[in-house]
Amino acid sequence: MIGVISYLVFFATTASILAIAVLGLNLQWGNTGLFNGGVVAFFGAGAYGTLILGGTPQAGHLGGFELIYPLALLGGMVLAGAMAWIVGLLTLRLRHDYLAIATFGVAVAFENLMRNAEWLAGGAKGVRGFERPLRDALGDGFTYNLVFFAGVLCVLICVYFFLERLVASPFGRLLRAIREDEEAAQSLGKSPARVRLTAFVTGSVILGLAGGLYGTFYAFVSPQDVLPTLTFQIWAMLIVGGAGNNRGAILGAFLIWGAWTASGWALSRFAPVEAQLYTGSVQFVLIGAVIVGMLLWRPQGLFPERLVVSQTGITPQKEQGA
Amino acid sequence: MQNLIDGILTGSYISLGAIGLTLVMHILRFANFSHAELLSIGAYAALVCDALVSALTPAFAAKLGPLSLTWSLMAAIVVSMIFTGLSAVVLDRLVFKRVREKGAELSMVFASFGMALVIRNVIGLIFGLSPELYSKDIAFAVVLSRDPLLLVKPDQVFVLLAALLLMLILHLILSRTTFGFSLRAVAENPALAQVNGVNLNRTIMAVWLIGGALAAAAGVFYGLSHQIIPVMGRDLVLPIFAATIVGGIGSVYGAVLGGFIVGIAANMSVLVLPAGYTPSIPFLLILAVLIIRPHGLFGEARA
Repeated sequence: MIGVISYLVFFATTASILAIAVLGLNLQWGNTGLFNGGVVAFFGAGAYGTLILGGTPQAGHLGGFELIYPLALLGGMVLAGAMAWIVGLLTLRLRHDYLAIATFGVAVAFENLMRNAEWLAGGAKGVRGFERPLRDALGDGFTYNLVFFAGVLCVLICVYFFLERLVASPFGRLLRAIREDEEAAQSLGKSPARVRLTAFVTGSVILGLAGGLYGTFYAFVSPQDVLPTLTFQIWAMLIVGGAGNNRGAILGAFLIWGAWTASGWALSRFAPVEAQLYTGSVQFVLIGAVIVGMLLWRPQGLFPERLVVSQTGITPQKEQGA
Repeated sequence: MQNLIDGILTGSYISLGAIGLTLVMHILRFANFSHAELLSIGAYAALVCDALVSALTPAFAAKLGPLSLTWSLMAAIVVSMIFTGLSAVVLDRLVFKRVREKGAELSMVFASFGMALVIRNVIGLIFGLSPELYSKDIAFAVVLSRDPLLLVKPDQVFVLLAALLLMLILHLILSRTTFGFSLRAVAENPALAQVNGVNLNRTIMAVWLIGGALAAAAGVFYGLSHQIIPVMGRDLVLPIFAATIVGGIGSVYGAVLGGFIVGIAANMSVLVLPAGYTPSIPFLLILAVLIIRPHGLFGEARA
């Protein structure tokens, strides 16, 4: 029984961390209409940043600053934000496909750099030697995981309320205005490029926060953690949940992560031994099919964005098809 | 020097891939991340067709001069170009057309990523994950000069010449035929082109056909120079995009030049950086172009 509960805690922790990342992406794609093709780079920047800043000294690569944990996590978030700022500055004033291609390129280059630069982050071996916070007080067992889960859940709730407030604020209205009609927003004296950049960096900082928590949870990060697969998974979560709807984003994260783990388990349990090599391929086909299928048959997701028209005073709510 | 020659040869198949991509991005206005998978489809289609033809008419399996190329592979390239062009059209009908009619351009980008995942892994499931080769024999390189030492494989020369020939044919089609003009008209202003009697759907279909056919040739040429693996699309997608951005989205000649620039840069980079960093070079090129000349060498600003 304790085994099942401890697995559920493990599952829920990972899903909650991914849900934070989906919320970050939702601010970019759902609310602002920015396509981020390199989710994993910003996620990875958070993870690497946190572990390098907060870890113990390691032979052969940068690290061992042994900052106290909140500072290390903050450092990871800043790193993710800085990366987003540079990419955004270069691409956000151009056609939208440039952002898609450039962010995709960031992810490829980031993984490539982490895999090759041994002096920076241990290369293919990854970053080790990170002491999880409060480990001395709680040990390594079930209690620790439970407390950690509670912490992640708190962060998730905080991020959720932060984004809900943000979206309901004048700034959120501005984001939607620019997404729907850039010229109209411009004619009111707003600067779409600057607002987009703010939203892109904020979303990436949240992605970095998720990455930092992920790195903390495993106390280890390697280039295997920043493969494009994660980008596709996080997208699928947002598209299934419903772009523009924060609650949908969280639910999508749990649904897709559940489906991913369940399909992996089922394939490893029931597929014949000689086919085991191909279980990854089957899972990728499934996730690709989920993305395309949702776009074809239910592009608004399971939980569509609720558009509030504030002018009439009675706030009618209508479903939106885009 | 050797790196320069290798770069030009690499550039020839990147250019072919980039031409199709830039046309699709120009007409349909979305970044098609599944374009590199068309190269995989082409390479594998040629592999199957090559095996079929050699089995049916063994006379065709003989080698052509110093090339590791056979008549059957030549036939296979043509068949594969047609097949891949048609599958690009089918892909558009099944997925992209429907998504296009539903909503935003960015949904198309998502859909193309999803399709890329599906195609790549279905190929892996059908053909296995291990690399394949068109010819199991070792192709010996020919020494061009001893000092400095320059080596070129006959196959590589064939690839370069064939790529240039295909580009010339495309150039003639685009600049001399009514079809070429209607293509440009649709890119400039779809509504106005339709008023003047250009069939929009047929033009889009033609773009997919051309793009798919060139991608198939590029895939086979990549397979001749390296090996055929299911994940080749994943490794090629960024260089091809870099070529279109360097050349300017929508410019066919830009894509050709961009392809050669990307190929040469990636091969020359080995001189200054460890070889492991080569996959990052296209990204650095993209950044450089975005800083210096955001619309590419031949591109024009467009909303």
